[in-house]
Amino acid sequence: MGKDFSPGDRVRVREDFPPGHIRTPVYVRGKEGVVTRGFGAFPNPEVLALGRDGLPKKALYEVRFKQTDLWPDYAGSPYDTLDIDIYEHWLAKIPR
Amino acid sequence: MHEHTHHHHDHDHEHDHAHPHAPPAKDEKIHSYYQVLGLALKELLIEKGIVTADEIRATIEFRDSITPSTGAKIVARAWTDPAYKKRLLANGTEAIKEFGLDMGATVLDVVENTPKVHNMIVCTLCSCYPRGVLGLPPSWYKSREYRARAVREPRAVLAEFGTHLPDTVEVRVHDSSADLRYLVLPMRPAGTEKMNEEQLAALVSRDCMIGVSLPRQP
Repeated sequence: MGKDFSPGDRVRVREDFPPGHIRTPVYVRGKEGVVTRGFGAFPNPEVLALGRDGLPKKALYEVRFKQTDLWPDYAGSPYDTLDIDIYEHWLAKIPR
Repeated sequence: MHEHTHHHHDHDHEHDHAHPHAPPAKDEKIHSYYQVLGLALKELLIEKGIVTADEIRATIEFRDSITPSTGAKIVARAWTDPAYKKRLLANGTEAIKEFGLDMGATVLDVVENTPKVHNMIVCTLCSCYPRGVLGLPPSWYKSREYRARAVREPRAVLAEFGTHLPDTVEVRVHDSSADLRYLVLPMRPAGTEKMNEEQLAALVSRDCMIGVSLPRQP
């Protein structure tokens, strides 16, 4: 349902704290980044962790964040970035 | 996984005569909870015929045969063969098969350092590592300190490894959070134009393929 993201899309990571095995680290939740690549669909680790089949698969995207967006007091260069792989159900598109 | 059991004391002489057992050797540790759990699981899998003891042994032997020198050969090939470099960057999982390597269920993504971008690898959630090309991760890579600080203050961490980069270079940290494993393709050092693949591989350390260091200058 319009969940497909393309490189260049601005996205926000869901700010949510459900129980269970979540592979979206807390430090990126609620943060804004840009989709850089799509890797295709992979079994959902949150379902795999329950000993189930991981289906339906979830599309996996590489999202790039500016370090200064992740950490307001970031002490490195303003050019520094962080790439992380996030499954589609943790991402929402930010309208242009 | 525990690689061998200690059912027998390791004496260098036969001792089927009846004298009391010597005290346990110094390296004989009491198994932790998870070691016991691992051993129990291993024994069950063998007992139920799901895997054989020899398959486990062969897997450990194969895993141990992969070392950072394996990754260094891949880097040296990429430095000397532009067509290979192109294949490696486009699809790392496929390109390493040319070296007889297999990523199993994971995907290998090779990220290239350039004069403008320096890549560095971490797994904040656990210890995901490109084991298929570098072998087992160093203990510091698995430490809570590295995992927390690599994403929070990567330049401070780099400096502790003796790696200083100008602010004009983008430090790009890759947090291996899902199904991909990352390998850094470092920049070929200047002054190596006449070196062959084998000589170049000797300049490539484990740490520069994790991205906390740079290749050795010849």
